[in-house]
Parts: sequence; structure tokens; C-alpha cells
Amino acid sequence: MFRNVMSTRNMTSTTTPPSVDHGAPDPSTDGTSTSSRGTRVLGVLCIVGLAVLGVFTFAISPPDSNLGDSVRIMYIHVPTVAWAYLCLICCAASSVTYLVRRSRFADVLAHASAEIGVLLLGVTLVSGAAWGHITWGTYWEWDARLTTTLLLFLMFVGYLALRAVPPSSNAGPGSGAVRAAVVGTVSALMIPVVHKSVEWWASLHQGATSFGTLDGNIEGSQQFTLWLSFGVGSLVAVWLLMHRFRVGWLTAAAQDVALDEAIEARRAGAAGRVADAGAGS
Amino acid sequence: MTGHPVTRALADAGVVLAKDLRLEWRTRTALTQVGPFVLAVLVLFGFALDADRPTLERATSGLFWVIVLFAAMLLIGRSSTIERDPGVSDALRLSGLSPAGIFLGKVAALACQLLVVEIVVGLGAVVLYNITFVGWSVILVTSLAATVAISAVGALYGPIAGGARTREALLAVLVLPTLAPVLLGVTRAWEIAAGRGVGDAWAWAAMLGVSATIYLAVGTAVWGPLLSEL
Amino acid sequence: MPVDPVVELRGAVCVTGGFPTLAGVDLAVTAGEVCFVSGDNGAGKTSLLRLLAGLTPLASGAGTVLGVDLSTDRRTLRPMVGLLGHGTGMYDELSVLENLRFFASASRLPLDGLDAALDLVALPARVRVLPMVSLSAGQRRRAALAGLVLRRPRLWLLDEPHTGIDGSGRLLVDRLITGAAAAGATVVFASHETERAAAIATRQVEMAGGTVSGPQ
Repeated sequence: MFRNVMSTRNMTSTTTPPSVDHGAPDPSTDGTSTSSRGTRVLGVLCIVGLAVLGVFTFAISPPDSNLGDSVRIMYIHVPTVAWAYLCLICCAASSVTYLVRRSRFADVLAHASAEIGVLLLGVTLVSGAAWGHITWGTYWEWDARLTTTLLLFLMFVGYLALRAVPPSSNAGPGSGAVRAAVVGTVSALMIPVVHKSVEWWASLHQGATSFGTLDGNIEGSQQFTLWLSFGVGSLVAVWLLMHRFRVGWLTAAAQDVALDEAIEARRAGAAGRVADAGAGS
Repeated sequence: MTGHPVTRALADAGVVLAKDLRLEWRTRTALTQVGPFVLAVLVLFGFALDADRPTLERATSGLFWVIVLFAAMLLIGRSSTIERDPGVSDALRLSGLSPAGIFLGKVAALACQLLVVEIVVGLGAVVLYNITFVGWSVILVTSLAATVAISAVGALYGPIAGGARTREALLAVLVLPTLAPVLLGVTRAWEIAAGRGVGDAWAWAAMLGVSATIYLAVGTAVWGPLLSEL
Repeated sequence: MPVDPVVELRGAVCVTGGFPTLAGVDLAVTAGEVCFVSGDNGAGKTSLLRLLAGLTPLASGAGTVLGVDLSTDRRTLRPMVGLLGHGTGMYDELSVLENLRFFASASRLPLDGLDAALDLVALPARVRVLPMVSLSAGQRRRAALAGLVLRRPRLWLLDEPHTGIDGSGRLLVDRLITGAAAAGATVVFASHETERAAAIATRQVEMAGGTVSGPQ
């Protein structure tokens, strides 16, 4: 388990060099891998679930009365869009938490959920475009939901771009995380504004049919497959998130270790020089 | 330091605004660099759209605000490099100015410069495209709200992108999607005011006001922690 | 009678860009002292001064400056100190007077002390209205010192104040330091000019490898 710890350190001793314990996993046992019993079990469930879903999607679930065979894309599209939004909400909440409490857990979670969320949004947009092309002949419609999704995608790609750039050299150690948290918070706050404004705009264009609506009465095996796809999608999303979070956590822990070593080296270098100076005088 | 925090922040904002405007006046960046840039883009759009009057008339609202956004990118970039020198940035932090005041002052300074640019673009559009602006109350209110929103996003994201080596591209990636609703709102409102669109212009104006308020509120709240870390 | 410590650092670690610029500093400075910090380039002198100014956060360890706890509240510390860094800390396109007016208004200081401060650093009147960028190095340093004098800080932090100026400028720096100490302020300064610094300092500490190795 990963304990939630604060990233500040406090040492009172002056004889031993400063070092840090964040409760990170001991490198000698599982510091090189992000898997654990939990994720392995989850992974197996995902594979089994995906196989079952595949059978249901392509063999058992019948074509839709209106949309034909292309309705099967819904079984990817719906769970990915739902989980994409959940991840982005998670990113937003973690960003706000980080600004208030400065916990490393919130920072790593924000980054991990943003990355998985952007990935899922990308899959959503691509599957939506494919569905549109097959069914209605166009890859894109400027309707409210699609446009909002695209703008969200771009905003959080910007968040990831900011994360990828290290802050300037004379900035404090936490500045990268604070900047990213600000962008995450603002992007989240803008979601309702974006949605509302795009909705008004789309309603002005008469004749724009709502892209990607389903026949409201899906039932029987279609409905079951949809629920199954949502369940399997949840397993996959959680599995991805857990691994990505652990990568982030271990990266931060590795930086701590590197920092402790750098402190050691600096002090040792100083002691060596003083000893040389003492020996030489 | 005594005094109510709000009055202190406003007083500090005034000091920062005066300083930024004085610096702008010394270098005249907005006037001598951004001004000609926007005029050049207006001309280019005239060529690109095969300058016939009906097309330009229909396109003016969109062109105006896209050009203003480009100009804003330049101004925001400049605003965030004013304190790039570490000595100056240190001095600003040591001065005891309230972070909210610094943020609001920078927003105000950006807004003033953007308003000048908008006037230049507006005059250019009237002259080059031979158009007339109608619905002045809508135009003024929505332009003001949009300008404040753009300035607030710029003042907040400028320093965030500013420390990075790939500043300009990163700034665009951060700012432009966030400002998409602002662009949408102000252009729709102008079209409605000009009689070319349907809907309620004042609803769009209200949405612009909400956006501007969100940006100002978030900027004022987070500027303190941001300043400590930068 | 116990004297209040102005600076108390225990195991202070500062990290900049992933590098530990301060690797565990222990230091105590009492009020009224003039503390000379010596050390090679890269020893951490600038980082120490910036930490004492409240500009950089403590990565670990504990520190109190002028009664302010560095790990919780650096912002209230900043207006109480005066820092002279390597640069001028002023806007290049504005004149000396405009810069001082801005920083005085920002710090809520009375504007009538401006001319007196500029007289103290012997900056000629015609230079005061020129933009900073057209001043010589010595004049820029005097302008920066005027800004420092105006603040009347309780803790003066000077990073190599003797570097890059002529003889009369160096004498001015010495006078200002001893004057500040006589008025009750505390001075911590870094310098490479060992004899000069030792002459005006009441105490000397040596820095190496991000730590204080001399007497503490």
C-alpha cells in the first residue's frame, strides 16, 4: 500500500545527514515494478472480461434497428467517455486538494488521472468519429457534446504539456506541481462554462441532429452487453490508473533518493576540502 | 502592514498597473510592434478571403476576435517577461505587495493594452473592410467582459508557461482552448447585435461575465502560492 | 542578559532545480552583529542569503529569521529584510527615481525619503532621471544601495557588495554596513574581499559544500 505522506521533511539532528522516509516501497523487494497481487488479479479479470465482451459484442448482441451493425462501437465509446470524465474530475479534485494541502499523493494522482483521462478521451473522439463516418458519413459534427469533449481534450493535453516541461532552474522544488494544479483547477472550473456555451451555440444551428444518439429502448442482450462493457471498462480503467499512479509515486520516491545522495555527496565534498585545507596548512 | 485586505489589494494593483503602463510607454511594444502586426493580419485576411464586401461583413466578428487573440498572445508573452530577471522578480516578492494586488494590477495592465489593440483593429476593419459596427451597447459590454477574461487568463497562465524554455508554444496550448468559450460568446453576441444571428446577446454577455469572474477569482486566490513557488 | 537571535538555522536544506544548494546549515546570528560569510564559488553563500530573505523554501530542517518560522510563513518576513543581490533588482527601462518611487509605494514607505537616500549614496542628480540601462555598473550599484537604505530593514543581506565597483563605492558600502549595525540592524554579507570584510565584520563564518564549516 502507498501511504499518504506530506512532502516536507523535518530533521533536528545535525550529526547525521538529512534523509527522507516517505513510506515508499522498499526498492529491494518491489521498487522496480508497479505490479502487486491486486493488480495481477485485476489484470486477469480484465483479460477475461474483454474476451467475454468481445463474444457478446460481435456474436451475441444483435444489430440495432436504426443504426445497424455500427452500434457495436457504442460498447467502446460509452465506457471510455464515462471513465474519461471520471478521470478528469479526479484530476480536478486532486489539483484542488494539492493547492490546499500540498500532499504528494494528490499531486501524483492528479497527473496520473489526467494522463489516463486524456488517453480515454482520445479513444472516445476516435471511436466517435469512426461511428459517425460509418453511420452518417461524416467524421465530425459541431454539436455540443463532441465539441465540449474536444475542448476538454485540448485543455488537458495542455495540462500534460505543462507537466512535461521542467520549471526554470531558480524556481522552488514544488513549483512544477503548483503550476499544474492551477491549470487543472481552472480547466475543471471551465467545464460547465464550456458545456453551456457550446450547447447554446449548437442549438442555434437548426437541423443539427444530435450526433450519436441511441434508440432509447435498447433492451435484452444489447442492454446487457452495454452494462458488461461498462463493467469491463471500469476494470480496465482502474487497472491503468493504478499502474500509472504507482509509476508516478515511484518516480517521485526515486527523486527523493537521488536528492538524499546529492546532499550526502555535497557534504562529503565539503568535508574533504576542509580536511585537505587543514592538512595543507 | 495595516488596512483591510481588499483595499490593500486594490491599492497594490494600482501601483503595479501604473508601473506596467509606464514600462509599456517607455518601450511602446503594443503600439509599435503589435499594432502593425494586427493591421498586417487584417490585410492578409482581406487577400485570403478575396475581399468582397458581403464575405468580409459576415466574417468580421470572427476575424476581429481571432486577431485580438493572436495579439493577446504577444502581449501576454511580453507581460510575463517583465519580471523575468531574477533580481527584479526577487525585488517584487520582497516588496510586500499583496499577491492578489500584483495579479489584479497585471490583469488591468494587460486589459488596457488589449483595449488599445482592439481600437486599432476596429478602426482597421472599418477602413479596410468598409464595415459599420451596430448595436454599440452589446459591443461595448461584451468586448469589455471578453477583454477582462482574456487578460485574466493571460496574467495567470503567462507566468506559469513563462518559466519554461518552450514558452510561446506552451502558452498557446494552455490559453487558447480555455478561451474558446470566450471567443464563441463574444462573436455570437456581436453577430446577434448586427442582426445576423439568432438568440439572446445578453445571455452571451452574462456567460462572458461568468467566465471573467471565474478567472479573476481563481487568479486572485492562487497567485499567493504561485508567487512563493516561482 | 540574553540577546535575541535574529537568525537561527538548524540543519537547513534548500533544493533548487533538484540540486541541494544548502545541504544542512547550522547558523545562529544575534542582533547587531555584522556577519561575514566567506567561501568559494558554489559553496552556497547566495543560497543562504536568499533563504534568510524568505525567498526560497526549506526542503528540510528548521529556521527562524527575525522571529518568523521559515517553514510556515516566509511572506511576512520579506518586507523586514533588505537583499542586495548580484543584479540591481530594478527595472531597466525606468529611471532610478521611478524605480525607487515604485518600490517605495509597493512597500508603503514615505516618498519623501527618496532624495535623502540618493544623497547618501552620492548619486548625482542628473543621473537619477536616466533609465537604469544607461547607467554605469558603479551607478547601478549605488542605485540599488539607495533602494536598500530606503527600506530601513532590520536584517541586511548583501551578496558580494564590494564586487564590480570602484574604491569610493567600496568605501560607501563599508560605511553603510557599519552605519546600519550602529543603528541596531543586523548585517549578513558574503564577499571575496577577505581583509576588507574582516575589518568591518564582528564575526566570520566559512561556507563550503552547502554547509557552514566555520565557527557557528
